[in-house]
Amino acid sequence: MASGQQYFRDYKKEQTITKHRLIFATAFVLFLMLLLVLRLFYLQVIEYERYRTKADENRLMILSQPPSRGIIYDRNGLVLADNRPIHSLTLIPEHIDDLEVLKTELAQLIDISDDEWKTYEKGSAYRRPYQSVTLKSNLTDKEWARLSVNLYKWEGVRVEAQLTRYYPYGEAFSHAIGYVGRITKDDFQDKTLNKDNYLGSLFIGKTGIEDFYEEELHGTPGYRKVEVSASGRIMAEIEQENPTTGKDIHLHLDARLQQYAYDLMGKYNGSVIVMDPETGGLLAFVSNPGFDSNLFVRGVNSSDYDKLRNSKRLPLFNRALKGGYPPASTIKPFMALAGLENGFATWSESYYAAGFYQINPNGRRYRDWRRDGHGWVDLERSIIESVDTYYYQLAHKMGITPIHDFLYQFGYGKKNILDLNGESRGLLPSNEWKKAKYGEPWYPGDSVNVGIGQGFMVATPLQIASAITAIANRGTWRAPRMAQKIGEQDIEWPADDNNEKKITLKNEAHWERVVKAMRKVITDSRGTARRLRGTRYKIAGKTGTGQLFSLQDDEEYEVENLDTKLHDHAYFTAFAPADKPKIVVFSIFENGNTSGLPADLAKKLFDAYLYDRFPKKYNYLKVSSQ
Amino acid sequence: MNDNLYLRLRAFANSRFWQFVHTDFFLLLLLVCLSVGGLVILYSASGQSDEVVERQVIRIVLGFFACLVLAQVPPKYMRRASPLLYVGVLGLLILVLFFGVGAKGAQRWLEIPGIGRFQPSELMKIMMPMVVAWYFSSRHLPPSFKNIFVVLVMVLIPVLAIARQPDLGTALLVCVSGLFVLFLAGLSWRYILGALLAAPIVGFFLWQVMHAYQKQRVLTFLNPESDPLGAGWNIIQSKTAIGSGGIEGKGWLNGTQAQLEYLPESHTDFIIAVLAEEFGMFGCLMLLLTYFLIIARGLYIASIAEDNYGRLLAGSLTLTFFVYVFVNIGMVSGILPVVGVPLPLVSYGGTSIITIMSTFGILMSIHTHKKRVRR
Repeated sequence: MASGQQYFRDYKKEQTITKHRLIFATAFVLFLMLLLVLRLFYLQVIEYERYRTKADENRLMILSQPPSRGIIYDRNGLVLADNRPIHSLTLIPEHIDDLEVLKTELAQLIDISDDEWKTYEKGSAYRRPYQSVTLKSNLTDKEWARLSVNLYKWEGVRVEAQLTRYYPYGEAFSHAIGYVGRITKDDFQDKTLNKDNYLGSLFIGKTGIEDFYEEELHGTPGYRKVEVSASGRIMAEIEQENPTTGKDIHLHLDARLQQYAYDLMGKYNGSVIVMDPETGGLLAFVSNPGFDSNLFVRGVNSSDYDKLRNSKRLPLFNRALKGGYPPASTIKPFMALAGLENGFATWSESYYAAGFYQINPNGRRYRDWRRDGHGWVDLERSIIESVDTYYYQLAHKMGITPIHDFLYQFGYGKKNILDLNGESRGLLPSNEWKKAKYGEPWYPGDSVNVGIGQGFMVATPLQIASAITAIANRGTWRAPRMAQKIGEQDIEWPADDNNEKKITLKNEAHWERVVKAMRKVITDSRGTARRLRGTRYKIAGKTGTGQLFSLQDDEEYEVENLDTKLHDHAYFTAFAPADKPKIVVFSIFENGNTSGLPADLAKKLFDAYLYDRFPKKYNYLKVSSQ
Repeated sequence: MNDNLYLRLRAFANSRFWQFVHTDFFLLLLLVCLSVGGLVILYSASGQSDEVVERQVIRIVLGFFACLVLAQVPPKYMRRASPLLYVGVLGLLILVLFFGVGAKGAQRWLEIPGIGRFQPSELMKIMMPMVVAWYFSSRHLPPSFKNIFVVLVMVLIPVLAIARQPDLGTALLVCVSGLFVLFLAGLSWRYILGALLAAPIVGFFLWQVMHAYQKQRVLTFLNPESDPLGAGWNIIQSKTAIGSGGIEGKGWLNGTQAQLEYLPESHTDFIIAVLAEEFGMFGCLMLLLTYFLIIARGLYIASIAEDNYGRLLAGSLTLTFFVYVFVNIGMVSGILPVVGVPLPLVSYGGTSIITIMSTFGILMSIHTHKKRVRR
């Protein structure tokens, strides 16, 4: 059948058609080949540098070697913040075939919460390929052992060890040392830290010493430049630089004193500040209650955190640094000095102290703590017996401006501590302040209240302690400070007024007279702290009672009828030995009611510090000298 | 001296011996060079795996065997068997759609108990140009409208069956191998231009029926950086491998992209990137030259073939071979989307080596079974 048709076919012509097409095809093939050559030329010659760099970026990886954090020591070389290895279970998602199977297998060995799986899944979404993701951190020894013997079963499941911060001594130290926590974005916002130093790091100081000395404690990371395969395996090491360990911080803090002071606070909320007047160093820095700083290192779980946050005792609140209290009667020695300095008081003049003070007859009665008054008192006796009415009239006469200006020199109304962040300024009121805040002028009655450290005035425990230190030093004010050495280097603060200054009086002899009066607070038979009589060293001090609510004119409350929450705050501020002070103690017992508690605390701390009379149970905080 | 050598080589190539064994010496020489060069690259690309290279050697040997066996079959038998073979393979393709096995969502293989798997779509790569060439061998050229229509139906049925598996790469190759015959048969330029203009519309409809992963490939091709760790990884890494090779290359076994496993599919579809990285532009040009000489020889064989069947079949097979080369290098170097087309005779694996070598067997047969021997 085909042959019939063939008769009519023009084979020559048909052959030519195909031949022409073949020639065209050859040309087209050549054209496309040329296109490929041009493409290769573009990639391999024109863009060579770019791709060469890219290939190197692929294969070369810089692994940051995080430095280990500096250690924090107390004044005797006791380790207060250490690094120790913790073990974490990590997974490399790429190497896991069936997550569900792994889940059930792991569940037979250790408990892994749904939260932990969720965190893991979040973590595996944001990372370099083949980078491991932590599933459960802080494994117990038992969990660690159980996992270790089973690790061979799985691919991509590992137990990694990591140095992590550890605080051995718990709650008493939490507000002083602070804690480190996982790095978040916010950590770099208000600090001048070099982000590059944190490439391999997980933790950063969040509060306290850990926060303030972050830069010194952290150290500088090293690196390893390695060649890695696409699956993340390290094939060769190209160069390496070791990390530099962070610098150690040596504190003024005395661990035994700190723990003792904390324990003496007992169930009372409050704060204890113990200062070395010769250096401004803080020997104890207590805010009660504290918390376990270690919780924050491994990432506090939400129920623990809620417990801390919602506790009525506010354990997370640093009272020593931020607590605003009326300074109450502890202000009186300063008020006395202000009166002397401004010519409104002398040591010899006497004043009749009735049971109350009035600016105008028939006006408001400002009551003395003693209903019947104190009779004729001079300036010294006004300190000894803490005569309220004396200071009402003195403050009234002076007015707020000289009070403000005088007290400001002692650190009231401004930040005092050199090396902790977040300190509160308290409130040292003035004319201008009241106008700005309330749009009202300063009334004489406002001064009257400030005269006994009440009314608008608010101070932090740190402020009250550093102010009294200036009296202990007979005029030399020193800023409180936590750290004495970074590494082996003594810390040199700029020699300015924020660090140390001499407060001068027109008559310098007044310093000694005030100390003498404060001494009599203990020794005088009517002294408010006479319970501390009979020590073999001389204590000078001043009691205080912070009123939590104002009483109406003639009201008086019966302690027994009040909820303890409404009891007055009890203060005592003191130094010893009075002639050449070596230690200043201030404590506040919230709702402590009488000065008995803080006075006893001060005496115990003096005994302990000056004569090494610590209860035996604190021997574990003693470093045996080598 | 050189002239003398060339003449002696030519004389040797045209000697009676080669005519007797129905083998084209030039083609054979080029194919051997390509295969040996390919093995050298494969050794590096497979991470110096002796096992991979050994298996590839076995395939290549089988391929050459298939080539030389087919070369002995006179084209007229092939022509006569063409329609039957086409229908048979088409039947197998339809069986695949129902009983096929496979992996990753693609159903490409037929399982023959006791023998193993094979892929009917590979056979179709040869049957398609054969059947179209057969169709035109008894008809006038250039093709009439009716003939064009018939050919398009012959082409589209297996192409759609393969595309459904889905195997876009093979469907594309089968499709073009049929269309090349049509082109060589003298399909009017007007139709060609019309088809080119219609392509965007067809493209739109194709987009509608494409699988998600196929769409993804196209999208990734258009913007590989959009998903650098996912689908774009392959293209970015292969371009990096090629580019970083530069002119001279990093040296055999020294390509960091290939040796450190950044390059995906480095011993299969993306093997040219290994060559480009380790042997540079120089190596690539050598490879392209080899391919070009093979294609040139194939087109030459086509142009001097004895009849329409031989011309059309040889021409189409050669051009399809070129499509392999172009699509593969184009996709690896990032100017074409990633479709699974191996670099012929260099990429590791599969039935493709056997298929490709078979096409050269057919070419040799066409060239050496002539009534009047050309000297």
